[in-house]
Amino acid sequence: MTLRLPRCFAITAMLLMLPMTVLAAEVPVAVAANFSAPMKIIAQDFERDTGHKARLAFGATGQFYAQIRNGAPFAVLLSADDATPTKLEKEGLGVIGSRFTYATGKLVLWSKKAGLVDGQADVLRNSPFDKIAVANPKLSPYGAAAMETLDTMGLRERIAPKIVEGSNIAQTFQFVASENAALGFVALSQVFENGTIKEGSAWIVPASMHAPIKQDAVLLSAGRDSPAAAALLKYLQGDKAKAVIRAFGYER
Amino acid sequence: MNPAVTAEAWQAIVLTLQLATLSSLLLLLIATPLAWWLSQTRSGWRTPIGALVTLPLVLPPTVLGFYILVLLGPHGWIGQWTQAVGWGVLSFSFTGLLIGSVIFSLPFAVQPIQYAFEAIGRRPMEVAATLRARPLDAFFSVALPLAKPGILTATVLCFAHTVGEFGVVLMIGGNIPGKTRVVSTQIYGHVEAMEYAQAHWLAAAMLAFSFAVLVALSRLKKRSDRVLP
Repeated sequence: MTLRLPRCFAITAMLLMLPMTVLAAEVPVAVAANFSAPMKIIAQDFERDTGHKARLAFGATGQFYAQIRNGAPFAVLLSADDATPTKLEKEGLGVIGSRFTYATGKLVLWSKKAGLVDGQADVLRNSPFDKIAVANPKLSPYGAAAMETLDTMGLRERIAPKIVEGSNIAQTFQFVASENAALGFVALSQVFENGTIKEGSAWIVPASMHAPIKQDAVLLSAGRDSPAAAALLKYLQGDKAKAVIRAFGYER
Repeated sequence: MNPAVTAEAWQAIVLTLQLATLSSLLLLLIATPLAWWLSQTRSGWRTPIGALVTLPLVLPPTVLGFYILVLLGPHGWIGQWTQAVGWGVLSFSFTGLLIGSVIFSLPFAVQPIQYAFEAIGRRPMEVAATLRARPLDAFFSVALPLAKPGILTATVLCFAHTVGEFGVVLMIGGNIPGKTRVVSTQIYGHVEAMEYAQAHWLAAAMLAFSFAVLVALSRLKKRSDRVLP
């Protein structure tokens, strides 16, 4: 019996703490996987500066959409595209007028091998490789932008048989990082650190070659009356957050 | 329904059935001797090998898929070997998917067969030996027929399990139509792309199929229970 007592106390203490966590202003945020790294830092700053806490869930935008439609209690969605927030707004699941572009993604053709990808993307024209990884263009705005880039260069036909699809940009990166694919179109934020490409070789795709990869945020109806959610959306548009977003290779 | 979508769906269905059939056949060839060894041996290796075979049952498919991707990749053990013998890197190919499926479903093949062999006991094999049957002969004419219910169960389970396989395929497949895009990943793609009508169509077919397999499995079991004492 004496042995059980500490556990008993621990459970009581945990139960006592429950109401406190409920009282603290928390914002449940659904975050597109490609924005994980910057958002973790922004959330820390946000908590320090405002006292509110952003509870982050990372995942695929399409999955979040399905979950939100089925009642997931997210207050804010940081989408990987602009189509999903627009759709949520139209369906009455997003608060009208709350939508804005928090980051514009940059596409990069990247290989772990030094020297494979050159500055003019001749590697695509000569294609001395077996497999090139692209995110599923139906699911990922980065994938759609990659296919658009190939169209602009007139290379879709030639490259198509060599394409392997990742279900999202994180998986696409994994294919290239594990060198199962020699190179691939990934998000600059995945290979960028302190203003430079971390390793391997890369070609930053000029923004003129595809429609901009706008990543929009939207306030969801579950967060309509939450001051903390409103504060987070405002914080994302502040200079401090913008600086973090830029440092991770997004445009802002 | 849009004919292009229907054609895509059929392609995925055919590929899934091919993958499931080949995986089941390969698994029977690999699992039967392995299960026999596990059921007979007194070696100290029995426990670790048994655990290794069961591992895919408890590991999340993402872990399994990730390791298979790394192993098949250009720097992995399997990848280096396949490159050395001139097959190239097998990730994102049907063969790669087949290797993944076999690893993934191994416990579903080995366990029912192993239990069947263990249930036979030593007696029938000893009787066969006294009748001067050589061990291999006794295995094929005594042990194997007696283990038939277990082998049937294993076949059906492997087939169904491969049809329902998702995580590993997603991790090592690359979603190539006609090569690595199977029904489960196709459904995932539809759901993610918010094409719920197409997703429903395929998902309902999958549901009906799985239900039919389980019903068939339990009928099969009942029948073989009646035949065997």
